[in-house]
Amino acid sequence: MNLSDLQALLPIITLTSVILVVMMVVAFARNLALTCLCAGIGLVATLTSIVYVSLVSDPGLVTPLLMVDSYALLFSGIIVVAALFICLLAYSYYAIRGEKQDEFTILLLLATLGGVILAHSVHFASFILGLELVGVSLYAMISYPTRGMLSIEAALKYLILSGVSSATILFGIALLFAVTGSLSFDEMAQGISELAPGNVFVLFGATMILAGIGFKLSLVPFHMWTPDVYQGAPVPATAFLATASKGGIFAVLLRFFVSIDGFQYASVIESLFWVALLSIIVGNLLALMQDNLKRILAYSSIAHFGYLLVAFIAASVAGGKLLAIEASIFFLIAYFLTTIGAFGVISVMSSTVATEHDHDQLSQFEGLFWRRPLLATFFSAMLLSLAGIPLTVGFVGKFYIFAAGVESELWTLLVAVVIGSGIGLFYYLRIIFTMTKQTSNSEVIPIPAAGGWALGMVTLLVLALGIYPTPVVEWVSTVAQALS
Amino acid sequence: MTMILVMLTLFLGGLAAWAIEGLNKDLPRWISIAATLIAALILVPAFFIPGGQFPSVGAQWLEYINLPWIPRFGISFVFAMDGLGLLMVALTVFLGFIAILSSWDEIDHQPGFFQFNLMWTVAGVVGVFTALDLFLFFFFWEVMLIPMYFLIAIWGHENKSYAAMKFFLFTQVSGMIMLVAILTLVLANSTVTGHLTFNYFELLGHGVDAGLSFWIMCGFFVAFVVKLPGFPFHTWLPDAHTQAPTAASVLLAGILLKTGAYGLIRFTVPLFPEAAAEIANFAMALGAIGILYGALLAFAQTDFKRLVAYSSVSHMGFVLVGVFAWTELTLQGSVMQMVAHGFSTAALFMMAGAIQHRIHTRDMAEMGGLWLEAPRMGAIAMFFIIASLGMPGLGNFVGEFLILLGAFAVNKTITIFATLGLVTGAVYALIAMGKVFQGASSQERGIRDFGTREMIAMVPMIAGLTWIGVYPQPVFDLIEPALAGLYELANITGSPWIGSAP
Repeated sequence: MNLSDLQALLPIITLTSVILVVMMVVAFARNLALTCLCAGIGLVATLTSIVYVSLVSDPGLVTPLLMVDSYALLFSGIIVVAALFICLLAYSYYAIRGEKQDEFTILLLLATLGGVILAHSVHFASFILGLELVGVSLYAMISYPTRGMLSIEAALKYLILSGVSSATILFGIALLFAVTGSLSFDEMAQGISELAPGNVFVLFGATMILAGIGFKLSLVPFHMWTPDVYQGAPVPATAFLATASKGGIFAVLLRFFVSIDGFQYASVIESLFWVALLSIIVGNLLALMQDNLKRILAYSSIAHFGYLLVAFIAASVAGGKLLAIEASIFFLIAYFLTTIGAFGVISVMSSTVATEHDHDQLSQFEGLFWRRPLLATFFSAMLLSLAGIPLTVGFVGKFYIFAAGVESELWTLLVAVVIGSGIGLFYYLRIIFTMTKQTSNSEVIPIPAAGGWALGMVTLLVLALGIYPTPVVEWVSTVAQALS
Repeated sequence: MTMILVMLTLFLGGLAAWAIEGLNKDLPRWISIAATLIAALILVPAFFIPGGQFPSVGAQWLEYINLPWIPRFGISFVFAMDGLGLLMVALTVFLGFIAILSSWDEIDHQPGFFQFNLMWTVAGVVGVFTALDLFLFFFFWEVMLIPMYFLIAIWGHENKSYAAMKFFLFTQVSGMIMLVAILTLVLANSTVTGHLTFNYFELLGHGVDAGLSFWIMCGFFVAFVVKLPGFPFHTWLPDAHTQAPTAASVLLAGILLKTGAYGLIRFTVPLFPEAAAEIANFAMALGAIGILYGALLAFAQTDFKRLVAYSSVSHMGFVLVGVFAWTELTLQGSVMQMVAHGFSTAALFMMAGAIQHRIHTRDMAEMGGLWLEAPRMGAIAMFFIIASLGMPGLGNFVGEFLILLGAFAVNKTITIFATLGLVTGAVYALIAMGKVFQGASSQERGIRDFGTREMIAMVPMIAGLTWIGVYPQPVFDLIEPALAGLYELANITGSPWIGSAP
């Protein structure tokens, strides 16, 4: 450990010290505005340090656990940005919900730290560390504060299922460790390459890990918990769960697969194929039946991870690997922005009256265009982005998925994406249509400042990157090249 | 630059109309009027640009702009305009103007947002007619849908939710198929040439093998035929047209349908001449079925707007026949048909809207005898009905006649069936005229005849149809170089067209 190593770890160190500072602040003065301000400044400082490190540090291993390279920094960057937006939304959300809400910010920062560690991890020890840091923080975030049965149920459900899936992952890791004798991705890759192809332990271990990760990413058939947890959790927690948590885990999955070249196992890819297909179809079909926006978004996120898997599978075809990795990363960025925006609208809507349930019934959005034109426009932009319509970043993401699929000639999956998107349009448009209805409900909702600004910025990003994605495209392209 | 300025004017005009809504409910429509007039003024000099300016991409091009956009994928802002594009853009801006007039006092609810959507639809269509990077083209292809969705979903009639959803789903899903086709073409082309490009000019004459080409061509074909709409993909059209507010019906029938025909002429055939030749007979047959089936269904309607909508299916069938016969005659006829149909159907939808606004029904059984009360409306409706059934001396006749004349040399059987469409067209058109305007008036309604505003919209369309009906040569002079260029493309790069088929 020398000075340059410490420099490379600057983002993690910054974030950790921010957590300590915020804890101290909370110990001395319980003031939500102050806590969130500290957290916000801390997250901005972390972001600055990420930019700084990416400019001055050479990529390299820091301890066997963490890899500081452009890939890790990119994912850390988007996770921190997501946390920043969620922090702003959470401030508005909790500001009207009475006292003693400060700990949510600490939990949010802890979970963010977990996400950042996941983005850096090239070793199963750091992977589990990050995974559990995110998971344990989320259990508390989901039931925070106890607002009734729904959030308790959600937290309990998440606790049990997340625990089981972590155990599954650990079992898979143990199997891989048993045959390779190492926990680091690179050494493990070497160990595996020395084994006979199709080694049962390797296949079984990889499958266990994939199943566990499938739970965390809520892929079909491991998706059952998703709608209930999304619905029960307070919106800022849902937004974090849907984006930063899943994003961090996907970052590890992708890096792990690239390291051990998991794409060569036809049987693994075959099972992923079915998971992707089912996620797209089942996710979209179940979303049709819902009247609760959080549940709709839950099912739509299942479908979106199905789309993401299409790009992931595309990496298994020789020649299509680079584009597929780029596509996965870009799609994830698009998904992050859009999902935060969509939950952001619900969060802002729920930031006016402290009710037990969030403002998440479809009927509550009737006529929003005439009551709150700006908010409705933001929401429409997010929904169109989820549907993959041009002018939004979601379209560029969808374009990437199609490009990766075509390059690797995954025609069946592409047909599924087209059908899934078609079904998706139906429920996204239904929400937009509800917002355009003329109703007698003339209840005007005041938009809280912090949440409103966060939402405005997200919308701006969604539109700006939809019209001129080139900077991000170039960035993602260099990162993908460095990774593969 | 003309094209970009036109689009910017319309986009900004739309934003301004929306923004000003809070101040005054009347200002938005005046802003839209101003925006379309400015756009039209910007467009005027383009008619005097001499050809041969851009030998690198073809002498027929009047304007060509190429700026980098997403270099990673070889995507750029390629805007180019030839006579065909110019004519279509001019039609678009003109019908945009008509659309604003047609819904002048119909919209009370959120007029600013209404004008915003109207302007953005028009601007999106201008983009479709001038974008020649396939990604950019697809971009505009989708962009024009969203404001149109809002127009139908917010200001539509009783069943607007269903109609708007159906419209969006049909066009979006077929659009995604086209996106897959575009990507397949681009990536397959890059394995041949070694670099990624979405530029239309570089993709012409690509070396993708015939088997794959065929499937790619089908992707384009489906998207454009859904939009056209051709049988059997036309079912979204009657719902969307009927439920849409008058202005949106005018835009839908007048220009959105033309984007499908334009796509076939500009992309499907020139990019895949051989593959397109393979399905030419099939496509022409679809066109002929569309002509007859559309006419048959139009005949059976009781709803005036629905009748006009089905008549569009019938008329656009001629365009499908014309494009896939792919002779210079039929191409000219198809373009002429597009322009003439744009005028006549826009006028008929405006008429339907005006009647609905006055007597609050679209049911023809409740109309009758309107001529007595509103002679100007009657006379104008008569004119456009006559035009749309293909009376010699008016624009539609020129289009249909050229298409049939050219297509007869290509495929006699199909052409003979298509010609029957002229007869069936006369049947439903005259019956509609009789039901709505003639006969005895069932009750005294006291309706208002067309005023100055409506006449301002109608007179140029009457003049235009008569002009291109009697002296179409200036239009041919404008589009001839463009069509000749496209015709050459399909014949040099591919096998000879099926011109000698029985």
